[in-house]
Amino acid sequence: MPKQIILAAHFPGVNNTTVWSDPDSGSQIDFSSFVHLARTAERGTFDFIFLAEGLRLREQRGRIHDLDVVGRPDTLTLLAALAAVTTHLGLAGTLNTTFREPYELARQLASLDHLSGGRAAWNVVTTSDAFTGENFRRGGYLDRSLRYERAAEFVRTARTLWESWPAGAIVGDQDGGRYVADADPGAFAHHGDQFDIAGHFTVPRSPQVHPVILQAGDSPDGREFAVSSADAIFSRHGTLEAGQEFYRDVKSRLARFGRHPDELKIIPGVTVVLGDTDAEAQERAHHIRRQQVSPQTAILLVEQLWNRDLSGYDPDGPLPAEDPDVTADTISRGRAGMYPDPVATARQWRTLAEEKGLGMRDLVIEVTGRQSFVGTARQVAERMDHFVQSDAADGFILVPHLTPGGLDEFVDQVVPLLQERGVFRAEYTGTTLRDHLGLGPARPVTPVGAA
Amino acid sequence: MTEKTLHLAVALDGLGWHPAAWRRSRAGASAPLTARYWAALAGEAEKATLDLLTIEDSLDLQSSRPDGPDGRADELRGRLDAVQIAAGVAPLTRHIGLVPTTSTTHTEPFHVSTAVATLDHISGGRAGWRPRVSARRAEAGHFGRREIPVLDPTRLDEPETVRLVGDLFAEAGDAVDVVRRLWDSWQDDAEIRDVATGRFVDRDRLHYVDFTGRWFSVKGPSIVPRSPQGQPVVAVLAHSSVPYAFAARHADVVFVTPTDPGHAAAVVAEVRAVEETVGRGGPPLRVLADLVVLLDETPTLARKRRNRLDDLHGAPFTSDAALFSGTPGQLVDLLVEWHRAGVDGFRLRPAVLPDDLTAITRALVPALRARGLFRAGYPGGTLRGLLGLTRPASRYAVAATA
Repeated sequence: MPKQIILAAHFPGVNNTTVWSDPDSGSQIDFSSFVHLARTAERGTFDFIFLAEGLRLREQRGRIHDLDVVGRPDTLTLLAALAAVTTHLGLAGTLNTTFREPYELARQLASLDHLSGGRAAWNVVTTSDAFTGENFRRGGYLDRSLRYERAAEFVRTARTLWESWPAGAIVGDQDGGRYVADADPGAFAHHGDQFDIAGHFTVPRSPQVHPVILQAGDSPDGREFAVSSADAIFSRHGTLEAGQEFYRDVKSRLARFGRHPDELKIIPGVTVVLGDTDAEAQERAHHIRRQQVSPQTAILLVEQLWNRDLSGYDPDGPLPAEDPDVTADTISRGRAGMYPDPVATARQWRTLAEEKGLGMRDLVIEVTGRQSFVGTARQVAERMDHFVQSDAADGFILVPHLTPGGLDEFVDQVVPLLQERGVFRAEYTGTTLRDHLGLGPARPVTPVGAA
Repeated sequence: MTEKTLHLAVALDGLGWHPAAWRRSRAGASAPLTARYWAALAGEAEKATLDLLTIEDSLDLQSSRPDGPDGRADELRGRLDAVQIAAGVAPLTRHIGLVPTTSTTHTEPFHVSTAVATLDHISGGRAGWRPRVSARRAEAGHFGRREIPVLDPTRLDEPETVRLVGDLFAEAGDAVDVVRRLWDSWQDDAEIRDVATGRFVDRDRLHYVDFTGRWFSVKGPSIVPRSPQGQPVVAVLAHSSVPYAFAARHADVVFVTPTDPGHAAAVVAEVRAVEETVGRGGPPLRVLADLVVLLDETPTLARKRRNRLDDLHGAPFTSDAALFSGTPGQLVDLLVEWHRAGVDGFRLRPAVLPDDLTAITRALVPALRARGLFRAGYPGGTLRGLLGLTRPASRYAVAATA
């Protein structure tokens, strides 16, 4: 039997992927938009829907970024509401470990797991700077190494809490008068460098026990965190070869943690553009890219790399002659630094622009391209299948460019072809997200200090 | 008749407010862990056109002790997050207000602000929020960030305790203040989608709240666009002067716990006096009296039910709120009397769920309607509208245009 593909749907967040100027673009905040996307994903028997998170509005040149979609709901609250209007779809949310406390977040996720009948997932992320901290009591800056230390301990603490109620703790013997089997349910203690807490968890064992743990991030620290703690990892690797290399690297690290390669799923984020012919799809993709990268957006994206005010530049003109400013504070705040070596990246961009004779905007369109699968429905189904069968991925997170109808075509046209090929389910066979993803029961947490 | 109809709310907690409720409940022992249970309760309350429902919550395990678990295996233990429950109920209801409880002592104001604003978006303007202070030592131990000493309920007037309680409520005041500022931080018309200039929002209509207080600071703006009600309804449970002042400064609705009509009149007078003292602006607090209710078809049956529950519990049930047991008709008489004493309405706490909720919705509400004391339907609109509260303009919009 061929490998089965995992499919998830991302509700686009606040970046230039979402084309809000399109007449078909709807609300990014109305609940009906989320219901539409979730029900479309469930109609297509997707594994899960995935929401990003925002904790501070992005700024550039000291002012709130105003070109992209901005304004979104609170992740956990929205997912709990979606649980009520779906029956099988997994519900995944990005939730930051830097400005939350394990007791409260573990409680919310376990609640979501109960309310959804075992469909909760948590994308564990950390935050880079004090900028976001300005909205929180905890505030402050965590050193990069400390951020992952806190994240790892955070997840370990959450797992401890999720296991604190044994299975069958609630007896509910109305005649005998015994509600709980153990008079001290939910007792826990975690004494660590980041968290020193003890007491009783309020949420009895949830259907998945451990909601599914997802991890995004490609750094060595991120990979190490994922192989030790996560059930799935998001990646972004454009080519088949790059995907295969990442896949091999990550899966090979699992053995050190006593884990089987199937226990960590690799799910890159991708975009899909369909057309009746390949040429039509390519033309649509080109049109979408130009909408995503307006002249103003092009300047801002180049500014983010150069870290200089380029507001006076011509978006169709050449890239700045001077090198990026790597000494000053970053011009762009509220998003992770995307370029580890800005000077080297800038040189690559200049070389490419000169070779192809591109102005700033066309260059940006070229280098930030994200359309992984462009073609007819049949071509896209074949290529996706090929990616998965050749171990470049275990599945995909689809990032539509339109809210909320951006998934409709894929579900109507590509999903049936994947089902025909026998590589994607025609109906749900399990009830929990762990079932959908082919993950076994959650492994008990490693006792603190035992690793 | 129309000017003096009363507001009616129901308080949901576990399988009911009597400690032995789970022994007699028709719902299963684990029902409060399921979405279906809460949806059914909310649907029942909405069918009777109640104004709102509240959902209790706490960051520690239920206990009869103030400082930690009591080791009892014979009472309901365990609960889900109240905001999550409210969000799960929202898409399945259309009119009833949804008021979850959160802690102001341990939960980040920014997170609360976005969660409740989101609930308002999801429900089309039916969100409320009940902030409560967490004075329990066990809750603090779950966060490891601060120490809270054991509070001896018999020695609440000791200076250290007075100072601690004062601080917790002052912090709660800051929390509500900053949450409301965040709700105001997006003007209603901030989203412009101006294709000509490529701007999705007008950044001049987004505002930093720049709050700096003794316990925390918050920069803002919110990440959530202004919600249908502008500001969801803030409701506070208050038993004495410090929380009355907190409510008068920061809340829209106050739940109070008088013991009889005379006491109710005194409490209302005290609340009104505190509103004067703190210089409250805007509409006066909506004062709802809390009552635990245990209903049955005849007074004898009600008494028997109550005795049976007390027997199972091993002691007569007492609570912070007065307990009424009797027939729905008797309860109507009592509500009328208390209403005349000056309260705007009631928050009824069913002793056993769903039984006593069903008695409220199917017997009490029709009886109140027959007396012209309660609405026959929903007028349509938001929870604020239902409570006779106007939609506030964003303070920043007013400042910007002034």
